[in-house]
Amino acid sequence: MKIAITSTGNNSTAKFDTRFGRSSWFCVYDNETGNIRFIENDNKNLSGGAGTKTAEMIAELGVKQVISGDFGPKAKSLLEQLKIQMVVLEERDLSIQELLNRIKN
Amino acid sequence: MKIAIASGKGGTGKTTVSVNLYYFINKLITSDIQLIDCDVEEPNDALFFAESHLVSEKKVFQLVPEIDTEKCTFCRKCADWCEFNAISIVKTLQFAKINPDLCHSCGACIVACEFGAITEHQQPLGVISHFDTGIGKGLIEGRLKIGSAMQTMLIKEVKKNTRDSAKVTIYDAPPGTSCPVVETVADADYIILVTEPTPFGLHDLKITVELLKDLQKPFGVIVNKAGLGNNEIYGFLNENQIDLLGKIPFSKEYAAIYATGNMLNDIPQEIESCYTGILDRLNIKTGLK
Repeated sequence: MKIAITSTGNNSTAKFDTRFGRSSWFCVYDNETGNIRFIENDNKNLSGGAGTKTAEMIAELGVKQVISGDFGPKAKSLLEQLKIQMVVLEERDLSIQELLNRIKN
Repeated sequence: MKIAIASGKGGTGKTTVSVNLYYFINKLITSDIQLIDCDVEEPNDALFFAESHLVSEKKVFQLVPEIDTEKCTFCRKCADWCEFNAISIVKTLQFAKINPDLCHSCGACIVACEFGAITEHQQPLGVISHFDTGIGKGLIEGRLKIGSAMQTMLIKEVKKNTRDSAKVTIYDAPPGTSCPVVETVADADYIILVTEPTPFGLHDLKITVELLKDLQKPFGVIVNKAGLGNNEIYGFLNENQIDLLGKIPFSKEYAAIYATGNMLNDIPQEIESCYTGILDRLNIKTGLK
């Protein structure tokens, strides 16, 4: 299963991004193959619809679960329809590596 | 003559000035006057006419497209054409949906679709009400459906439902300087900016002045709650040669009367003379009389 984590940068030392639609990057981790990719979020500066466009993007990537700090109402509704599970993390100061370690264990 | 009352900052007194101008123009100049509440997200002019009664009410709809996934090929052309990112297509999941909260009903997606997969459906936008207030030709108010972001579309509809032939039309604009305000002032002959002499009032006035200069609209300023804050606002008006139509003094008692909805009953002499002065200066600028 592919899991997406909102990230402020393009490598695992980067901090977790607490926003979904306007997150800078996504870390996509496949827990079956162990493969990790970083994908830039081209939708982050859209004037409107950033949340839904980003939900569409991660759905196209085949992601089934997404971890972020929060989800806007429109993104939330679309992610539900797309059957992508949302995980809200209240801790703010984590690096992507720390999160990946938690998922792996 | 169409006069829009706008402000920039909220709470400066647009409604106070709109309702009073409506009252005093009817009393002193012409009874062929209508008041239009364009603050469709929170219309409140009607609150000041306790004796008024509803003459007519009209529900307004917007057309929102829907995608038939049986006919859709998930080519994404409609999503690419959509300026508002309202269309979500995920080909791998055979998913195609339009978010009505983001859609502006422009119709581009229907033109874009080569497979006849998109049709339009009516969705409630709001209500337009006409009140007989016993003053002039009455009040028309637009009331946006809660949750809708389509203020501009409803303001357009409200304007279609006003009497174009009225001698004077007063538009009570929403706060801010975004699309709903632009729509409200678009066909106005003159704009009155209501401000307050505070740093926030001045800050937002400057933005609104820039907007009106861009739109090449004639305007003047009323300083409401005069006596509060500081005098910087007058310096700004002087430097930029902006007409000061009048000052309305701050009064806690008057604010209390406003809050009870009794603003038009027992109008204080001081307030009345403010408005007669404002109307004189407005007449010089616009030939209102």
